[in-house]
Amino acid sequence: MMKALAREGRWIAISLGITFAVLVLSILALRQNPLTVFGLLAERLLLKPYGLGQMLYKATTLIFTGLGCALAFRCGLFNIGAEGQLYAGAFLMAVVAPHLPLPMILLIPACLAIAALGGGLWGLVPGWLKAKRGAHEVITTMMMNFIALALTNYLISAHFHEPETIHTAELPVAAYLPQLPMESSAVNASLFVAIALAFAVHYFLWSTPLGFELRAVGSNPTAAKTSGVPVDMRIFLILVLSGCLSGLAGINFILGYKHYFEQGFASGAGFMGIAVALVAKNYPIGVIFSALLFAFLSQAGLTVQSVIPRELFEILQGLVILVVVICQNKYGGAE
Amino acid sequence: MSPKKSFLAFFLVCSLGASAAAAPLKVGLVFDVGGRGDKSFNDSAFRGLERAEKELAIKKEYIEPTEAADRENALRQFASGDFDLIIGIGFIFTDDVNRVAKAFPKKHFACVDYAVDPSKTIPGNVVALKFREQESSFLGGVIAALTSKTKKVGFVGGMDVPLIHKFDAGFNAGAKWADPKVKVLVSYAGVTPEAFKDPAKGKEIALSQFDQGADVIYHASGSTGLGVFEAAREKHGLAMGVDSDQYKDAPGFVLTSITKNVDNAVYDVIKRQQAGQFKGGVIELGLKEKGVDYIYDDHNKAMIPAAARAKAEEARKLIVAKKISVPFK
Repeated sequence: MMKALAREGRWIAISLGITFAVLVLSILALRQNPLTVFGLLAERLLLKPYGLGQMLYKATTLIFTGLGCALAFRCGLFNIGAEGQLYAGAFLMAVVAPHLPLPMILLIPACLAIAALGGGLWGLVPGWLKAKRGAHEVITTMMMNFIALALTNYLISAHFHEPETIHTAELPVAAYLPQLPMESSAVNASLFVAIALAFAVHYFLWSTPLGFELRAVGSNPTAAKTSGVPVDMRIFLILVLSGCLSGLAGINFILGYKHYFEQGFASGAGFMGIAVALVAKNYPIGVIFSALLFAFLSQAGLTVQSVIPRELFEILQGLVILVVVICQNKYGGAE
Repeated sequence: MSPKKSFLAFFLVCSLGASAAAAPLKVGLVFDVGGRGDKSFNDSAFRGLERAEKELAIKKEYIEPTEAADRENALRQFASGDFDLIIGIGFIFTDDVNRVAKAFPKKHFACVDYAVDPSKTIPGNVVALKFREQESSFLGGVIAALTSKTKKVGFVGGMDVPLIHKFDAGFNAGAKWADPKVKVLVSYAGVTPEAFKDPAKGKEIALSQFDQGADVIYHASGSTGLGVFEAAREKHGLAMGVDSDQYKDAPGFVLTSITKNVDNAVYDVIKRQQAGQFKGGVIELGLKEKGVDYIYDDHNKAMIPAAARAKAEEARKLIVAKKISVPFK
């Protein structure tokens, strides 16, 4: 791991440097003073518990979806269904949890299990189609995204919404995850769940026989098959596990913040997970830092919107990905 | 002027300038996700803010969030800064405004289309701006009924929710009040927010209503209505716009538009704040307050029969005088 980090060090520095340079040039092109903008960023984001808290909140969702994507990518499957898996898990949890008469100590684990189950179910369909019918996961996971979005939208509007709103009923207080004391920002205990999961996924992939098999399926399915790995079953498992991880992303908003499912509450977080995984080069621990980077760009964009159009920070997010891809080819990456 | 005097005068002007520069009211406005550029509701709110900047010399900032959690995030960013008044655009801000208003009791907040929940009290530093869209829709119903030659008119709603039922109910009541024999065809584009941005569906519904004999169709469906205009052009029927003046979207085929003056509401609340007259609570804006109206100008004067105009103005007087109570569901 340390060796890998050292190898990656140079390219991380290069990509961040390029992104930063483009940011400064764009600010100048917009006829603003970069110092004013950075001053505003420091004042409203970095030196303020609320701003930092919001950044950590955004990072939490991205760690979950980033892990979901990284796990699948690491095992050679391009699962782009994190968005749908997130909604499936979150929705299932939000409508089932209010009916569980459990004390806090049982209710929260139950909620996590339900969210993972919902996401897993959404990964199960492409997993089965890939393993049994050879259907390409890019197509199937993408289609599952549309289904999840449309289905949850419909179910909320038609059945589960509270009057005059587009969200479900509130969860019982026993299901609330505690908020972290950062000036009532949205960041909550989900952050610890996310970080713990990142280490768990790392341990699973690199220190267990099953994890080794999954990675083997990713690097060379033929070799894996020859050495007796049931490749079809493993492909199925990879997509289900990946779905479970993304499915958990909804706990950040639902258990930790608003305590209900709102239509479109995390729009784009699933797709951003792809970028997070890519920039982390599919290392679970790297996902934590990569998620922080994207969360920083998102919160920064909101913070300085009055002087800098928010599109600039969206462009920067895209740029980070491009630079990473370029550096990957040039310096060979870590594979 | 002696040098000494002119120095004094200069000093005086400077200090005056400084005190005026320190004074301007700071207003922060937060749009809904993807709200700006909708040519309707959100853009109207922004016009109000821009007008206040020009006429009242306030300082404005606005934020367009990119995800649900950013609504509160943006409101708080303003509230924790040196902003005096913070405005959220759309019913979806109801919860967020409540939370932030409680955390910052000394700041003032406004929320357009705030969803009033009878079981909860509105924080004292929040003003809820509500519109009686049913009243202007009633006038629209009158005009549609008296312009129609087939005595059949249509209503195309966006998402099937209470907010849109207000338009529907008012339009129906107005048409029936003007001419009890008029038939109103009613359709909704769907049950999800997508129903507000589905022009293809709008066109399909409008074509079917035209085929059933309707010749004037009123839409309250966001950009789905663009399909209604398209159908009107194809069938040489008439359509009615909503929220903003939509004449330009299909010149010659838009009979009138039922407007909701979010810009005025936003401007007024800023003006009151500046005059030190901010008061929390619900502000309802109907015909009487000029919060809602219909378009009658050089573009469409010729299209509206004199009798329809006269009857609509009669209805306006009766509604303002509370002699007609317009249903809202």
